[in-house]
Amino acid sequence: MNCDRATRLMSESQDRPLSNGERTALEVHTWMCVGCRNFRKQVGFLRQAMQAFAKRQDDDDEGAGAGRV
Amino acid sequence: MSIAAAVPDDDLLDSGYLSVLRQQMVKFAQMHLGDVHLAEDAVQEALAGALVGAQRFAGRAALKTWVFAILKNKVADVLRHKQRMVDASSLCKENEEDATNDLFDRRGHWLSDSRPTAWADPQACLEQQQFWLVFEACLDGVPAQQSRVFMMREFMGFETDEICVTVGITSANLFVMLHRARLRLQECLGQSWFDAKDAPKKKGRR
Repeated sequence: MNCDRATRLMSESQDRPLSNGERTALEVHTWMCVGCRNFRKQVGFLRQAMQAFAKRQDDDDEGAGAGRV
Repeated sequence: MSIAAAVPDDDLLDSGYLSVLRQQMVKFAQMHLGDVHLAEDAVQEALAGALVGAQRFAGRAALKTWVFAILKNKVADVLRHKQRMVDASSLCKENEEDATNDLFDRRGHWLSDSRPTAWADPQACLEQQQFWLVFEACLDGVPAQQSRVFMMREFMGFETDEICVTVGITSANLFVMLHRARLRLQECLGQSWFDAKDAPKKKGRR
């Protein structure tokens, strides 16, 4: 397992269930790799941000001026 | 605007507001459909459908939510029925050109410049106008085909199978594209926002 592969599995975990083997290998890798630990949180945040972004497209309403900097 | 004239009432539908709304809708549809003509068509249909009975809405916010809900469905429809958007060779080409392996060394480990650093309190950013400007700019930076499938997945909420059928790619191919889109976004948000020394978040934090 290297970081390229680990980030790919973290991404895929958002799109399909990982196998037990994949999960274990990923756990071991992220345990040792701070970059991938950060990436894992961030890829989760991306999904959350996209959902908030989608919602904003609906809500971003008459206050178009109000909330803006 | 003729649509406004057809509906009685009020400043809810004044032509100035409608044209702003229309522009926002076209921008939204174009982001998903990648084609200005398809986008204009979808917006026209959505507006025509939505504005019948628009007087019922209490205010612009409610109207806009309604109009965008209709548009979103319309766009999803177009995406489902659109012919395969891309052929496999153009996908592969884009994937080769977008060498996300510039993030990793030969052995597949993070290059020191690109190793993700911790992001401070990302939740708080969701409340900050400035963050969303950066976020949109980062989304714009994702290569076109990757962006298309990423938006279908994360914005429209399509299942992966449906994306594969619509776009005409294998799931393996889709996973690669989604992975690259996420890598790009993560990299861009890190550089442009979270790691940026004088990011406005420091001033704007509540």
